[in-house]
Amino acid sequence: MSNFDASRRRVLKTGAIAGAGVALPTIFTASSAAAFTNEPTGGSVTLGFNVPQTGPYADEGADELRAYELAVEHLNGGGDGGMMNTFSSKALQGNGILGKKVEYVTGDTQTKSDAARASAKSMIEKDGAVMITGGSSSGVAIAVQGLCQEAGVIFMAGLTHSNDTTGKDKKANGFRHFFNGYMSGAALAPVLKNLYGTDRVAYHLTADYTWGWTQEESIAAATEALGWQTVNKVRTPLAATDFSSYIAPVLNSGADVLVLNHYGGNMVNSLTNAVQFGLREKVVNGKNFEIVVPLYSRLMAKGAGENVKGIHGSTNWHWTLQDEGSKAFVKSFGTKYGFPPSQAAHTCYVQTLLYADAVERAGSFNPCAVAEALEGFEFDGMGNGPTLYRAEDHQCFKDVLVVRGKENPTSEFDLLEVVEVTPRAQVEYAPDHPMFAGGNLGSCNPGA
Amino acid sequence: MDAILLQILNGLDKGSAYALIALGLTLIFGTLGVVNFAHGALFMIGAFCAVTLQRILNLSFEFVDETQTDFLGNPLKVKTPYVEAWFGPDIGGSIIDWAVPLAILFAIPIMIGVGYVMERGLIKHFYKRPHADQILVTFGLAIVLQEVVKYFYGANPIQTPAPDTLNGVVNLGAAIGMDIVYPVWRVVYFFFAVLIIGGIFCFLQFTTFGMVVRAGMADRETVGLLGINIDRRFTIMFGIAAAVAGLAGVMYTPINSPNYHMGMDFLVLSFVVVVVGGMGSLPGAVLAGFLLGVLESFASMNEVKSLLPGIDQIIIYVVAIIILLTRPRGLMGRKGVMEE
Amino acid sequence: MFGLDKKDTSKLIIVACLALLAPFILNPFPTDSALAQFNAGYPDLMQRFVIFGIFAIGFNILFGLTGYLSFGHAAFLGVGSYSAVWMFKLIGMNVIPAIVLSVIVAGLFALLIGFVSLRRSGIYFSILTLAFAQMSFNLAYSVLTPITNGETGLQLTLEDPRILGVSATADGSIPVTNLFGLEMRSTFELALGPWAFQFNAGYYLCALIMLAAFYLAIRIFRSPFGMMLRAVKSNQQRMNYTGLNTRPYTLAAFVISGMYAGLAGGLMASMDPLAGAERMQWTASGEVVLMTILGGAGTLIGPVLGAGFIKYFENIFSKINDNVLHTWFSFLPDGMEDAVVFIIHPFIGKGWHLTLGILFMLVVIFLPGGLVEGGQRIKGWLSRRKAKDGGKAAGETNPAE
Repeated sequence: MSNFDASRRRVLKTGAIAGAGVALPTIFTASSAAAFTNEPTGGSVTLGFNVPQTGPYADEGADELRAYELAVEHLNGGGDGGMMNTFSSKALQGNGILGKKVEYVTGDTQTKSDAARASAKSMIEKDGAVMITGGSSSGVAIAVQGLCQEAGVIFMAGLTHSNDTTGKDKKANGFRHFFNGYMSGAALAPVLKNLYGTDRVAYHLTADYTWGWTQEESIAAATEALGWQTVNKVRTPLAATDFSSYIAPVLNSGADVLVLNHYGGNMVNSLTNAVQFGLREKVVNGKNFEIVVPLYSRLMAKGAGENVKGIHGSTNWHWTLQDEGSKAFVKSFGTKYGFPPSQAAHTCYVQTLLYADAVERAGSFNPCAVAEALEGFEFDGMGNGPTLYRAEDHQCFKDVLVVRGKENPTSEFDLLEVVEVTPRAQVEYAPDHPMFAGGNLGSCNPGA
Repeated sequence: MDAILLQILNGLDKGSAYALIALGLTLIFGTLGVVNFAHGALFMIGAFCAVTLQRILNLSFEFVDETQTDFLGNPLKVKTPYVEAWFGPDIGGSIIDWAVPLAILFAIPIMIGVGYVMERGLIKHFYKRPHADQILVTFGLAIVLQEVVKYFYGANPIQTPAPDTLNGVVNLGAAIGMDIVYPVWRVVYFFFAVLIIGGIFCFLQFTTFGMVVRAGMADRETVGLLGINIDRRFTIMFGIAAAVAGLAGVMYTPINSPNYHMGMDFLVLSFVVVVVGGMGSLPGAVLAGFLLGVLESFASMNEVKSLLPGIDQIIIYVVAIIILLTRPRGLMGRKGVMEE
Repeated sequence: MFGLDKKDTSKLIIVACLALLAPFILNPFPTDSALAQFNAGYPDLMQRFVIFGIFAIGFNILFGLTGYLSFGHAAFLGVGSYSAVWMFKLIGMNVIPAIVLSVIVAGLFALLIGFVSLRRSGIYFSILTLAFAQMSFNLAYSVLTPITNGETGLQLTLEDPRILGVSATADGSIPVTNLFGLEMRSTFELALGPWAFQFNAGYYLCALIMLAAFYLAIRIFRSPFGMMLRAVKSNQQRMNYTGLNTRPYTLAAFVISGMYAGLAGGLMASMDPLAGAERMQWTASGEVVLMTILGGAGTLIGPVLGAGFIKYFENIFSKINDNVLHTWFSFLPDGMEDAVVFIIHPFIGKGWHLTLGILFMLVVIFLPGGLVEGGQRIKGWLSRRKAKDGGKAAGETNPAE
C-alpha cells in the first residue's frame, strides 16, 4: 500500500482493509468514506462519454466522441487550448480538473434507452465515472438523466432537442446546453414571417414520438401566433422509410407550407420524398410552396444532398460562425481531424468544458457543489454569445441560429448558411411555461 | 378520387420494392428451404453498388487554388473528377449524372458473384441443418456485411440522385383529364420491378433450366435421381435471387438515400410478405408485396388515421394476422413447406 | 436431491455455484491491471446475465421442447416491465408485488397471443408471433404513450402516488426499489489484495430467482408434460392421429415461457425502474432466439450461456476504445503499436457488432450444437487425455485442488 497514485479502487480497498469492511451497504459503490458517488481520490478523474456508436446515429456519435477527446486533451493542457482561451471564466488551467488528470471511458448508447442506461451504469459502477455526458436523442437523454439522478452523478446532456429534457422530465443532476423545440419555434417564426408573410397554411408531418410531438407543438404555436393556419398535423411512424403516402395528401390539402418535424434518417427521407413529389415547384394559393425543417443537422443534411437547398431551419451552432470562441474551436477541431465540427460536437465539447470549469469554481467534484456552480452561471466565449445556465430548469439560454440550405456549396461541409442569429432575449421563456410544465427538478443527489 | 388514385400509385410503388425483395427471398427461402436472414443485406449491398459506382465516377484529382481558402484558411484544394477531365465536362458530367442506371450493369455481376460465394461458401453447408442454425449463421453474416459497409461508408444516409431528366414529376392523369402528379423515378421503379418480375417468371416458365429448377423445388430427390445436377442449378438460382435483391436496391437509392442498416429495416417486412404470400409460391410473394404496399398506403391516409389512430403503424401486421388466420398457408402457399 | 436424478442435481449445483460466486468468477483480473477491462463483475451486468438467463430458459421451454419458434417473445418481457414499473408508480417500491404482477400480466398476454398464434405451426406461427410483438412495440412507441411514455420509456417521477410508500423521500429524491427495506442497489464491496469484488443485493435476488426458474425448468423437462412436448416436436401429426389434442400442451408451454419472460421483465424493472419500448422490438425477440441457439437449443444450460455470451460482448466490447488499446499495447515499439491498434480497431468499440456477427458464424459453423457442444468437446478431449496420461494430467489441470 505504498503506492498512492492509484485509482479510486485502490483507495477504496485501502479503506475496506482498514476496517470499513463491515460498513453498511451503500449506494452504487461501497465506499462509505466517500462523500459522494465515485469521489475521485487518486491523481485522476474519470468522465463517461456515452454516445451512439452503432445504429443510425453512429456518425453523429463518432463526431461527439471526437469533440470529447479534444476537450480532454485541452483540459489536460495539450493542443492549442481551443475554447479555453476564449471562455469568459478563467478557472481552467490546463492542468486537468482540480489538478487531477482527466481520463475517460466510452460506451455505446445504441440510441436505445435501455442500452444507454446499461452503458452509463457500467461507467458508474465499474469505471467510477463521476460525470456522464453525450447522446444523440431525447429519449436517451431523458433516460440517462434519470439514471444519473438516482446514482448521484452529474449528467451533461449531448444532443437533445425535446422540450421535456428540461421540461417535465428535468432533473437536478442533469444539465442541457443544446437548444429545444420551443426555441426553434421562437427563432424561426420571425424569419418565416419576413420570408413567407403572415397568411400561410401549414401542414405538419411529425415523427410519432415524444420529441416530434413537442417540436410540432412548439412550431405550430409559434407560427399560429404569426397568423398562420395549421391545416393538419400528421404523425408518421418512426420506422417509416418511404414517406410518399404521407406526402401525397399534402398536394391537395390547400396547404402552402410543409413543416417536417423529423430528425436523422426520417428527415433525410421525408425531405427527399417531398422534393421528389415536386412540392417545391408548386404554387398554392398564389404563393410558392415552401418546406421548413425546424431542426437541422449538417451531418444529416448531407444525406439529403441537393434537396436541402433553400430550405430553412434552425440549428444550435454552425462552424461558419465568426465569434472568437467558435473560430478557436473550429481551428483546433479542424487541425486535429481535418474537417469542421458538427453542432453535436460543439455541444459536447462545451458541456465538458463547462463541467470542468464548474468543478474548478466549486472546488469539489461533489455533484451538489457542481450543480450549484452551474446554476445561474453566466458565461461567454463558447459560441452563441453570452449564455445563461438557468437555475430553475438547468437549460442554457443563448442565441439560436436560423439557417438555410446553401445554393452553391463550396465543399461537402459547406451545406448550410446562417440566415439570422436570433438573440437570446427572443427565445427565452418563463420556467413555468405550459410547454415545460409538469416536471420537478427535485433536489440534487450526491449519491453515497 | 385523386387522392385514392395517388395512394394506389404509392402503394404499387412501395409494393414493387416489397415484391422484388420478397421474390428473391422466396426463391431462396421457399424453394431451397433456407431461412436467409442475410437477404436484407443483399438488398443493401445492391444499393451500395450504386453508391460505389457514384464514388468511382467521382474519383477526382486535386489541384490547389491559391485564390480560394478552405475553412481553416489554407489554400483550397479544388477537385475535378477524372471522368470529366477525360470526356469533357458535358459528357463526363452526364456519365456521373447517370450513375444509378449505370450501376445496374455494375451490380448484376457483383450480386451474382456475392450470391455464388455465399451459397458455395456458406449456405450449402446448411441445407441439412435445422432452421435455427440457418437463422444464426445468416444473421451473423448479415451483421458482418452491414458492419463492413458501415466501416467504409459511415452510418449516415448517402445521397445518390437519379439522372436529372428522370428527377422531376409527370402528370399521369393528363390523358384522362385528372391531375395526378407523380415523381418520374417512382414510375420508372414500378416498371423496372414489373420487368424483373416478368423476366424471372418467364425464365422459370419457358426455359429448360427453369423447368428443372421448378421440378427441383417440387421434389428435389427425384430430380436428383434422374441424374440432373440440381445443386449447381440451385447455386445459380441463389445468384439470381441475390441479383434481384441487389437490383431492387440499386434502383431504390434515388427514392431514399441508402444507409448501412436499410437491409435490416426491410428484413422483417420481407419475411412477412413472403409468408403472407404463402411459402414456396412466387406469385404469392409478388401478390402479397403489392397488396401490403397498397394497404399500407391506404392506412396512412388522414381519413383512415382519424378513424383508427395509429393504424398505419400496424397495418402490415394486422393484415398478416388476418390472412394467416383465414388462409392457413397464406395467399398461395403450398402444403408442407416449412410447416413443421 | 429435490426430486432430481444425479445428473440433473449436479447441473443445478454447478449453476448455483456459478451464480452465487459470480462476483468472484467474473472479476478474475486485478482492478489496476490492463485486463480489468474484461472484468464483468459489476452489479448491472451481473444482473443482466441472470435476467436474460431467465428469459432464455423460458424461451427454451417453448422452443427447445416443442420446436415452436416464437419471434415475438420480447413482447412479454416488455409487458412485464411496464406492469412492474406501474406497480412502483402506484403501489410502492417493494419489488415483490411488482414481480408477481409482471408474471401474471405477461401470462395473460401470452395466453391471448398463444391462443391465436398456435392455430398455425412452423414459419406461419413464427410470423404470427412476430406480428403481435411488432404491433405491441409500434403502439407502445406512439399511440399508447400515455401508458408507456413512448420513446423515453416509463419512468418514476416525484409526483407518483405510491399509496403504500412515499412519493418522494425526505431529501426530495425518488425512493428506490427494495425488498422489505433491503435496497436493490445496495452493494457491498470486498477488497482482497489487488482484487475488488462487488456483492449486490439486487443481483443475489435475481440469482436466487434464476435458480428457482432453472430448477422449475429441469422439472418441466423431466416431467410427463415435458415428454408430451417433445413428442409434439418430433411428430405432431402422429400425436393428433392418436386422438390426442396437442394444443393445450403447446399453449401451456407457450404461457409458461411467456411468464418466464414476464418474470425477466419484472426483475429488470426492479433492478432499474425504467421500461423502454425497445424491449419489445423484433431485434429484442431475435436476440433471445440467438441466445438460445447460440448456447444450444433444447439443452438446459445452453440458453444461460448464450445469454451471458451476447450480453458480455454488448457491454464489454462496446466499451473498449482506441485509447484502451494503446495502453494495452504500449509495450510494443511505436510503429508496431499503431499497426496492432489499427488492425484491432474495427472490431472493438463501435465495431462490437462486427465481432459478435463473426462469432455467431464461427460458433454455428464449428459447433453445430452451440456453446454446450463446445463444452462437451472440451470435456471429451480432457477425459481422453486423462485416460491417456493417467492421473498426472488431472493433477495438472486442477492445480487449485
